[in-house]
Amino acid sequence: MTTSATPRAHPGFIATPRASLTPRPPARTPGQRGAPAVDVRDFSFAYGSRRVLRRLSFGIERKSVTAIIGPSGCGKSTFLRSINRLNDLIPGIRHEGDIMVEGTSVFSPSTDLVRLRQQVGMVFQRPNPFPKSVFDNVAYGPSLNLLVARRDLPDLVERCLRQAVLWDEVKDRLDEPGTALSGGQQQRLCIARALANRPEVLLMDEPCSALDPVATQRVEELIVELKRDYTIVIVTHNMQQAARVSDFTGFFDRGELVELGETERVFTSPAHERTEAYITGRFG
Amino acid sequence: MNSNLLRRGFSNLMVGLMIGAVLVALLPLVFILLDLVLKGAGSLSLEFFTRTPAPAGESGGGVAHAIVGTLLIVGTASLIGLPLGIAAGIYCAEYPASRLTAITRFVADVLNGTPSIVVGVFAWAWIVATQRHFSALAGSAALAMLTIPMVLRTTEEMIKLVPNSLREAALALGYPRWRASLGIVVRTTLPGIVTGSLLAVARVAGETAPLLFTALGSQYLSFDLNQPMAALPLTVFTYATGPYEEWHRYAWAAALVLILVVFVLSLGARLATRRRFELNG
Repeated sequence: MTTSATPRAHPGFIATPRASLTPRPPARTPGQRGAPAVDVRDFSFAYGSRRVLRRLSFGIERKSVTAIIGPSGCGKSTFLRSINRLNDLIPGIRHEGDIMVEGTSVFSPSTDLVRLRQQVGMVFQRPNPFPKSVFDNVAYGPSLNLLVARRDLPDLVERCLRQAVLWDEVKDRLDEPGTALSGGQQQRLCIARALANRPEVLLMDEPCSALDPVATQRVEELIVELKRDYTIVIVTHNMQQAARVSDFTGFFDRGELVELGETERVFTSPAHERTEAYITGRFG
Repeated sequence: MNSNLLRRGFSNLMVGLMIGAVLVALLPLVFILLDLVLKGAGSLSLEFFTRTPAPAGESGGGVAHAIVGTLLIVGTASLIGLPLGIAAGIYCAEYPASRLTAITRFVADVLNGTPSIVVGVFAWAWIVATQRHFSALAGSAALAMLTIPMVLRTTEEMIKLVPNSLREAALALGYPRWRASLGIVVRTTLPGIVTGSLLAVARVAGETAPLLFTALGSQYLSFDLNQPMAALPLTVFTYATGPYEEWHRYAWAAALVLILVVFVLSLGARLATRRRFELNG
């Protein structure tokens, strides 16, 4: 990459220029990889009269892992669930601004929710496999709208289970209920299930918080593996985890994005006092 | 040391009390079953299941007409009541915030507490009185009216047990709301819904009051839903209040058969729940 005279802002760096924040140190410019996969544009969100997210504006870089950290109730999960509009079910929600996923608006009235949710996969806090067989769990997404021919399903299921590093453990028990697997296996099954939709973005809402350390390690390795093909946004309470798996880290506090930058930089020299207080354990 | 003894003594006392309560609760059931078997089993024979009643005064005959009648009336009632009850239950569980749900739930609770004879009167007024004749169909309608609120509430409660995360998982894969509900949520609760349905059917099968002035009862084997029809509870009622000694014995036997039918249905419900996928979360 040629060094340009004026450092171009990295998409992962387009944090809101806000007066309330202390000045950021000059942005370093990691490899520019085009427009952000997820582009948050002046996005605010409220449950009734309770504002949960305030004017977020930033981009999430393609094929990287972005960790969202912050104290409980800071809006991390709400933000994540805004990207695939899973908050839609809650009555009385309001939003302003928009989020673009691969250039298409999430909130536009013309948005095809089915397509959006195929594009944006999600892995939940607690493993939640369907009470169906392992095979059907993975095949469930693509069989909607017959995305793949029935005869291609076995190949797809195998590929996704391999990608989720679960194939060797379950290849002989594809007919068993997914709920009979161990917690860590269930979570990897849920990841395989999400991958079967061929998403571009993968949202993970504290994917390891219900897992033991060994299972956590496997899932973390998997996340690092998956970023070659997918854009991953992970919400986590575990700062070591954020440091281990993510390329970029965003710190949320009281519904605001306090700062977002390369993980190493955020953890070693946070630009904002609140970030530093949080990651050093002084609050949150 | 002393307090430990005291504590253990108190614990034993409470356990003893609870065992006592269970025994007291079971006792009537045991007596009913014993009584039925002692007084009814003697009259049971193949003939009892296959023959229709002998003319009054003659001995012999059976209650085949009533068994067929109960199956037909209850079957028709289930055909009407179960789909409606289950569908309404799904609606109430899936749209808990809707006003229609609040109204439906309230009405169902009121109906659940309504004496069954009131439902019978209602069916009489609306079906029998307008058609100007008694019919099995009117009986089925009355029983269906009893089934709907029961099934509605159990279906709703069953679906509410499904963790929301399961629904969200289906939605997050791009499934539209209705397919997530039917494909995942309802499929998961299917054993529970089947159980609730069977229990409701079993309860309704034993109802007498709503049939008294709808299906009326009959001494003949009939398959015509538009005509009066016999049913086991009605037969028990007629025979038990009849003047002949043999009728009384037949009433006991018919009651035993009725209990057996209910027992088989309940057993089916138990078996349906046993093979249930474990819910996570």
